[in-house]
Amino acid sequence: MIALLLRDLRLAVRAGGGFGLGLAFFLIVTVLVPFGVGPETALLSSIAPGVLWLGALLACLLSLDRIFALDWEDGTLDLLATAPLPLEAVVSVKALAHWLTTGLPLVLVAPLLGVLLNLAPQGYLWLLVSLALGTPALSVLGTFGAALTVGLKRGGLLLSLLVLPLYVPSLIFGAEVARRGALGMELTTPLLLLAGISAGVIALLPFASAAVLRVNLR
Amino acid sequence: MDLRVSDLTVARGGLPVLSGLSFVLEPGGALILRGPNGIGKTTLLRTIAGLQPPVAGRIEGAEDRVAYAAHADGLKPTLSVSENLTFWARVFGAGDIGSALDAFELGALAHRAAGSLSAGQKRRLGLARLLVTGRSVWVLDEPTVSLDTHAVGLFAEAVRAHLAWGGLALIATHIDLGLSEAGVLELAPFKTVLAPVSDDFDEAFL
Repeated sequence: MIALLLRDLRLAVRAGGGFGLGLAFFLIVTVLVPFGVGPETALLSSIAPGVLWLGALLACLLSLDRIFALDWEDGTLDLLATAPLPLEAVVSVKALAHWLTTGLPLVLVAPLLGVLLNLAPQGYLWLLVSLALGTPALSVLGTFGAALTVGLKRGGLLLSLLVLPLYVPSLIFGAEVARRGALGMELTTPLLLLAGISAGVIALLPFASAAVLRVNLR
Repeated sequence: MDLRVSDLTVARGGLPVLSGLSFVLEPGGALILRGPNGIGKTTLLRTIAGLQPPVAGRIEGAEDRVAYAAHADGLKPTLSVSENLTFWARVFGAGDIGSALDAFELGALAHRAAGSLSAGQKRRLGLARLLVTGRSVWVLDEPTVSLDTHAVGLFAEAVRAHLAWGGLALIATHIDLGLSEAGVLELAPFKTVLAPVSDDFDEAFL
């Protein structure tokens, strides 16, 4: 399992690995928003949590089809399916590798980009916490979507359509935590729901992903 | 442990292609599968490798013992030859890649990126992967594609060493590998004859 994780991380940072794709997209979105909505600081700071969450979510979506597509094309997936690793472990490791290369960098740069959107000072901590709790769910849900569409030529559109509705709860509660944090309001309920969604998704979805992968490999 | 296949039916795309297939392969034995294109060699091998379920019949002695090699070698172009091989060695829990590199004369290429290898060299690397799996049942689908005669000789040597060690090999190929000890299974007689489709569901609309 560790070998698979290390290989995926190594592939991501080598040429053409796609590391930084999501990060660049996130940067572009948050830099361009102030140009689009105008320089009013009050308006910017009220939309900042939502824009940052939406940017992180779309950046995450961008790299999902790479999770299995390349391994499918070069036959690695067939070989992994016959390897001693259970497929559930393979999809979990894949999701973890995706989070480490896409989700974690987004979490870490979000506070810096918050400055551009005039996020309220007390909001930074909660923005970081909400993204750190929410983005693992995005990676695991995305891995499920990628497993469903593996083997389809240019399945990216279908993948987005399948995965986006599943992202909505995380987006709602994640952005709500960040918004309430910025306003200094009570935020226990959305925080618990966000964490609950992530925990449930991480616990259950690898089994579903492995099952659909088995069907898709036939 | 033997590999036993009894009364097997395999399907591709929901249609049975081969049926009533039975054979037993003992440790140290090799079986060459022959048949025209589209007869179902790949489907049969994928079924035995456990990648798809059989429609009917039983496969015994294959589970968790198969090293499968197909047309795609599962190589990452940005990783070096030894990194690719080390990855598979670690996945299968085996340690040494040196002897596998030597067996297919890849030692000099060990630090080259796999993406810069020629088709034949990639194939040799794909076959070297079999040696680091430590698995006893080799299920090989057209293993000699794009290999030159010398490399085919290396491959035959590797198969012989594997059989001498007590392994089994199931090989679909069109060329003569020079493995005189291997049995040959002609698949054409097992081709499924499709009955004309008469579906009650369709008739309901007629």
